[in-house]
Amino acid sequence: MSNRQPANLYLQQSEAVRARFERIRQREVILEVRGLGKRYASAQGEVEALRGIDLTVHRREFVCVIGPSGCGKSTLIRILAGLDSHSSGEVLLDGKPVRGPGRDRGMVFQGYSLFPWLTVKRNVMFGLEMSGYARGTAESEALQWLDLVGLGRFAEAYPHQLSGGMRQRVAIARALVNQPRILLMDEPFGALDAQTRAKMQGHLLEIWRNIDVTILFITHDLDEAVYLADRVLVLKAHPGEVQEVIEVPVPRPRSPEQFTGPEFRATRARLEALIHPPAPPVDDDSRVPTMHMIRMTDVSDNVE
Amino acid sequence: MSRTLLHIGSFVLPVIVWCIVSYVPFVWHPQVEVTLAGGVDYLQPGMRVDSDEFASQVAQMREQGATPPQGVPANPIYLPAPHEVAVALYTAFTKPPEGRDGQWLHQSLWHSVQIIFWGFFLSSLVGVPLGVLAGAQPVVARLVEPFIEFFRYLPAPAFGALAVAVLGIYDGPKIAIIVIGTLFQQVLVVANTTRKLDTTLVEASRTLGARGLRLLVRVVVPGILPDLYRDQRILLGWAWTYLIVAELIGTSSGITWYITQQARYQHFDNVYAAIVIIGALGFGSDYLLARLGRRLFPWDRQTVGR
Repeated sequence: MSNRQPANLYLQQSEAVRARFERIRQREVILEVRGLGKRYASAQGEVEALRGIDLTVHRREFVCVIGPSGCGKSTLIRILAGLDSHSSGEVLLDGKPVRGPGRDRGMVFQGYSLFPWLTVKRNVMFGLEMSGYARGTAESEALQWLDLVGLGRFAEAYPHQLSGGMRQRVAIARALVNQPRILLMDEPFGALDAQTRAKMQGHLLEIWRNIDVTILFITHDLDEAVYLADRVLVLKAHPGEVQEVIEVPVPRPRSPEQFTGPEFRATRARLEALIHPPAPPVDDDSRVPTMHMIRMTDVSDNVE
Repeated sequence: MSRTLLHIGSFVLPVIVWCIVSYVPFVWHPQVEVTLAGGVDYLQPGMRVDSDEFASQVAQMREQGATPPQGVPANPIYLPAPHEVAVALYTAFTKPPEGRDGQWLHQSLWHSVQIIFWGFFLSSLVGVPLGVLAGAQPVVARLVEPFIEFFRYLPAPAFGALAVAVLGIYDGPKIAIIVIGTLFQQVLVVANTTRKLDTTLVEASRTLGARGLRLLVRVVVPGILPDLYRDQRILLGWAWTYLIVAELIGTSSGITWYITQQARYQHFDNVYAAIVIIGALGFGSDYLLARLGRRLFPWDRQTVGR
């Protein structure tokens, strides 16, 4: 951030990137969110979690939602999935209002959401069985999706026998098997270590390239957002509002080498500035060392 | 290795204490078992008297110049030595029962096991589905749980007379007492277990298109099954504790009848033998159920890695 690049460098798009965004805008709208608000009563009185969220997602677009903790990004995705209700505004999927969860919206959760009593294959078959597919059809289709995420060999394993990254890959396959219009992902790689996470990001982009699926992805990792997204929706907290929608100028196809490129750094810097504003808040953690502390060890027993 | 040793030790230690109290004469032995009555009129060989009493009788006889009584230190009749219980355990299966309507120990036990089985089975038939429903549906919980909370504080044995009046004097009221003692706890425990199911699993299944009865049968029930199984094991132990009360109602029967009969004739070795068998039966069946549980639910988080 110390370099003297103009602050709005992230707004400059190359010709190819601009053309790509133009093409995306031409595509049909999958998800439309208009004036979405969420209020709920808590012990501290009424809380406004979300206010006036507007968002349009086009077919096969990859949108990331990012924001500080408490900005309501999880609430937003839960409302989109139909798991929570909203207080105002509307959510339209293919022009029809969303009521409750449905097969047209797949969801991948942060925590492990695989059914532990089912094998990997039966987990993936679950959605198909709920749709009334015959066992045999569901099975062969599930195996195809497992191959797609590279876990065909583990069809008969149980989730607890898999690593964290593998489990999330199964969760993705399980959500995709219903061929949802949009795949909602709530910090799906948040619990993984850095290395596995990087692999999973590449894997997800690969899946997205090959399948007709639109992705709305929630994260708190700025690099992840810039690396994956076409557009990044930045939320601010208390109440959760849209701060800015950033069109990521990093050209596709993406690769980890772009992390050091000028577009990537400019976008990341902009996100950083939005989410961690330069002025330190009053109750910053940095004040902790100056706090007066009671000495709990011997006076002469110094560590530094 | 050390775990197994501790396991064995937890059984061996109490037995060692029992042996010490029984076989080391100066540890407790507050009485004397008379071997020779001597000049005392009321003493007979085999009788047990307090040591003080015995000593004063010995002193008295010496004063009068009569033969003093002789005896060995003994524990009270209600604490037989381990070997006596072991012998009783053996003879219980080999010696025919006394009396016209006397029953073999294993006959009594089998009767008790049947009472437990039917009581627990009937209770589970109602309690488990009701508990799962109450746990999954807040509406059902609000409708059902307040009354059950009230009812579970009513002591099951208090319904004994009522049960006899309604169901007769044979096995009916006994099974009813076990049902009353188990069912109400069961509903609450199962409902609680159901509520503890990871909400992510339910939400994930809803985004995949599951709802209503199918959600219940395909997600909630399999999701809680390992915990439900554990609950049932604990509740089965609960049912056992009501057995003794239940069998005293109406015509006494089963293992309780056996124990009270033997105690009446002061055959305490038989009483202990019966108690040991009940313990072994309960412990053994629970151990088998635990082993079975590990086979049935290989994915269960509490058994994985064990």
